[in-house]
Amino acid sequence: MIAIQQHDFDISDLYLQLTDSQLNPNGYGAIVTFVGKVRDFNQQQQVAAMSLEHYPGMTEKSLVEIVAQAKSRWPISQPIIIHRVGELLPGDQIVYIGVASAHRKAAFEACEFLIDYLKIKAPLWKKEQTENGYQWVDARETDRGAADRWTEQ
Amino acid sequence: MLTIVFFAQTREIIDQSSLSLDFSPPLSDLEALRQQLASRGDKWDLALQRDKLLVAINQEMSPWDTPVKDGDEVAFFPPVTGG
Repeated sequence: MIAIQQHDFDISDLYLQLTDSQLNPNGYGAIVTFVGKVRDFNQQQQVAAMSLEHYPGMTEKSLVEIVAQAKSRWPISQPIIIHRVGELLPGDQIVYIGVASAHRKAAFEACEFLIDYLKIKAPLWKKEQTENGYQWVDARETDRGAADRWTEQ
Repeated sequence: MLTIVFFAQTREIIDQSSLSLDFSPPLSDLEALRQQLASRGDKWDLALQRDKLLVAINQEMSPWDTPVKDGDEVAFFPPVTGG
């Protein structure tokens, strides 16, 4: 499941969906989930609020593509990816990635791959409100490096 | 007809989220389209500096030498920062 939404998500509901045996006909022995949250600081500045913009249609399409790549690489069930957009506050959940697999290694790796690729492929942009006003968050080279790792192996 | 859309800083600098453009050859590729739009004025030139700009054609990130054809949707935006 892939969802781009304004409203929050409940990780216990999502856990139940991940462990639904109908979605995992081959069984699973490992669930790995990742939750990204809004930090209250960035680049030494206090962040009071954040807004997230995206490219409707392309965001979903890019996530479908990276899920397909993950599934071709690791024996995992259909992952769950949720990304929130709109106005968020420090501490709010932004992104959820959930992966189920027969064994932990595939689940850990696929989960990390999915978040690394989401960060460089999905057309989403963060804007932070700090004491200096609103400013767009700069893309980080380290995110590019984290994703590149998966092609170097 | 081309549909051009802009996001994030790119959209804010030109103060416009989309526009339609008559498709008129010899518009060859995405770089030619970028240059054509950048020549509209200072704000456009600033917003469409290539070094911090990504481009998607029909919702797929693409290299600058990708050919443009009639009916395409082209999006210009800064490097992405989701997650």
